[in-house]
Amino acid sequence: MDLPRYHRLTSPYYRLEGQRCQACDAVQFPPRGACGACRAQELERYRFSGRGTVFSFAEVAQAPKGFSAPYMVAMVELEEGVRVTAQLTDVEPDEVEIGMPVEMVTRRLQEKGPHGYLVYGYKFRPVMQWSQPS
Amino acid sequence: MRDVFDAFIIGAGQTPVGEHWGLGLRELGAAAIRAALDDAGVETVDAVFVGNMLGGCVNGQENLGALLADAADLLPAEAWKVEAACASGGAVVRAAALSVAAGIHDVAVAVAVEKMTDAVSDQITAGLATASDGDYEASHGLSFVALSALLMRRYMHETGASREDFAPFAVTAHRNAAANANAMFREPISAEDFSRSPLVAAPIGVLDAAPVCDGAAAVVICSRDFLKPAHRPVRIAGVAAATDTIGLAGRADLLTLGAAQRSAEKAFAASGFGPKDMDFFEAHDAFTIITALSLEACGFAPRGDALRRAAHGCFSPGGCVPLSTFGGLKARGHPVGASGAYQIVEAATQLRGEAGANQVPGARVALTQSIGGHGSIAVTHVLEA
Repeated sequence: MDLPRYHRLTSPYYRLEGQRCQACDAVQFPPRGACGACRAQELERYRFSGRGTVFSFAEVAQAPKGFSAPYMVAMVELEEGVRVTAQLTDVEPDEVEIGMPVEMVTRRLQEKGPHGYLVYGYKFRPVMQWSQPS
Repeated sequence: MRDVFDAFIIGAGQTPVGEHWGLGLRELGAAAIRAALDDAGVETVDAVFVGNMLGGCVNGQENLGALLADAADLLPAEAWKVEAACASGGAVVRAAALSVAAGIHDVAVAVAVEKMTDAVSDQITAGLATASDGDYEASHGLSFVALSALLMRRYMHETGASREDFAPFAVTAHRNAAANANAMFREPISAEDFSRSPLVAAPIGVLDAAPVCDGAAAVVICSRDFLKPAHRPVRIAGVAAATDTIGLAGRADLLTLGAAQRSAEKAFAASGFGPKDMDFFEAHDAFTIITALSLEACGFAPRGDALRRAAHGCFSPGGCVPLSTFGGLKARGHPVGASGAYQIVEAATQLRGEAGANQVPGARVALTQSIGGHGSIAVTHVLEA
């Protein structure tokens, strides 16, 4: 990914930042020119919670240039009702199932850009289960 | 707006689909154009429309209009490229038909060409990913196959289908390709072969997916006034294109290909025919899941019911709607930007009664559907003998 493009995308990539419509309150990701629900153009930044559930998933065995297989990908339905596609991390392939709760984390997306810099962005991992110490 | 859309296919040509190590974009494209012109008995044309997806990012060659007008000795005809990802082949035929139906050109050639085997696997994987959302899918490692796998996993979840239930599409495609001299894979496969095939992006296996290959197909399209007694025209009875969200995550119903549905509805409405009138269907079977979703989008099965109908033989030879009669993208091969034109060449061959061992008896009306970017774009043609 070229550097100017990466910088253009840091808000959505680093913070899962989309938009909320000031007219109808609908939220959307990724950002766009107008509200996808009512076409209003008055939009404010909206940071999604990053919590959601797996809507569908797949295991990539043949990676595109810049990625190393195998890795897991998913379509995640965020708790705000919006879907996003991303990689899964910190999980074994046989642990993933539709409906599994996940949360956003920031991870390295591409092994190395064409000029050697690293591209970071959101991935999703299973929600950590903390047990109370007895 | 005129209510009669007059555009006729009077010539069809194709190269065999496969790994053409000795042929490049210009040789493949020119061969298909010359074959189509010879078939039509036409020396020259007013315009050349070129369908292609990967020329720029894989072959390092753009300006394919001039390249192929030159290579096919059609200078100084108007010529340019039409790109609609994997639907480029369908889109380019529509572009040529529009120019003729609008009265701008009397006769035009639509050629679609793809040369994939010059590049290695990860370059092709990255090239195909340019059909998806670059910022929000491809840049996150969502390969084209992985996006199809998301569709397939969700389809299995909602319908209760197993991976094996998708086998009939691949088995039928390979069986139909056996007698097609232009097909890449002419050996039959069994449902067991399908089940045992290695996984590319689970749940998608090698035998769910169409192969990487080279090929070119072309049709000559003319106006009613241009028709001669010697021609055996196939009429473009209806054609339409439509779009949907570039990213899969933006779809309200992930399992309804909205662009495929809308373009089919519009093409049917323009033609006066409906799904029940179709004698066969050339589907965009790049992955078995796309075949299922395309069948449902075109009205050949209700949502979630395509696999059950396939299990009953509905889409096999002799069934209610024979599918991919020359092997489809799966077994004839899928030179991506060219496949939509192969569908139309094959449908025209059927409608002229020249399909030999693959002939659908008495075929008179057919549907072809070319789908790009997991349904972000679709082009649907209704063709009539």
